[in-house]
Amino acid sequence: MTLRDVAELLKAEVIFGKQHLDEEFELAGASDLMSDVLALSRPGILLLTGLANTQSVRTAEIVEAKAIVYVRGRRPSQEGLELAEKNKMPILSTKFLMYKACGLLYGRGVRGMGDR
Amino acid sequence: MVSRHNLSHAFEIKGGDFGKAGCVSLEIKEILRDLGIDPAIVRRAAIAAYEAEMNVVMYAESGKVVLRLNPKVIRITLEDQGPGIHDIEMAMQEGYTTATDQMREMGFGAGMGLPNIKKNADRFELKSKVGKGTSYNIIIHLNPEGGT
Repeated sequence: MTLRDVAELLKAEVIFGKQHLDEEFELAGASDLMSDVLALSRPGILLLTGLANTQSVRTAEIVEAKAIVYVRGRRPSQEGLELAEKNKMPILSTKFLMYKACGLLYGRGVRGMGDR
Repeated sequence: MVSRHNLSHAFEIKGGDFGKAGCVSLEIKEILRDLGIDPAIVRRAAIAAYEAEMNVVMYAESGKVVLRLNPKVIRITLEDQGPGIHDIEMAMQEGYTTATDQMREMGFGAGMGLPNIKKNADRFELKSKVGKGTSYNIIIHLNPEGGT
């Protein structure tokens, strides 16, 4: 699935990374707990989170996530956005809550970071 | 195996500075990546460094990180001035935490940090003196066969 597919499926606003929308990913992970993301994620995942602070962008960068999707309409802080731009980390924001966002992706065949 | 020059970089971490938390680890990651080290190894080093850095930001007053590289290993040492760890064995268990609400709101403090450093390092030594501080010695082999 591409990031463009994600944006369409989740009716998400692309806050940063329009030029990266054709990039593909296989696995996704969802957590508001960055500790779990650090411990369990895989390179190249789509990270869904409701935690829209700078730390979420730094964590995504450390674990080499493909992109961040903020749920519940959250948006990054100015500092977070600058960091994302610097590191070319696409950021999407969907109004859907976490459960629905994950369910829609799972229904389209995107498996979780713990699945294999 | 590409031979690499020996390298040493020092960084300072300020305790309580949540705004900057993670900057040192991102810098370390960039240095290692620019050297052309295997991305999987860079990622493990970055995660271990980040967990240690977050601990300093969350618990200590300050910390000093040194990144050293020789042709065989990446060594990240971190020494902090802080409260120290009362029971290292407990602290190494997943889920054990003394985090405050502020730390949890930042997405941290789940009691996964130290076990995750251990998971990502080939060798991890942790020493602590209550009331003085904690020191981390993280070693990651550059060759899969290992050997320091």
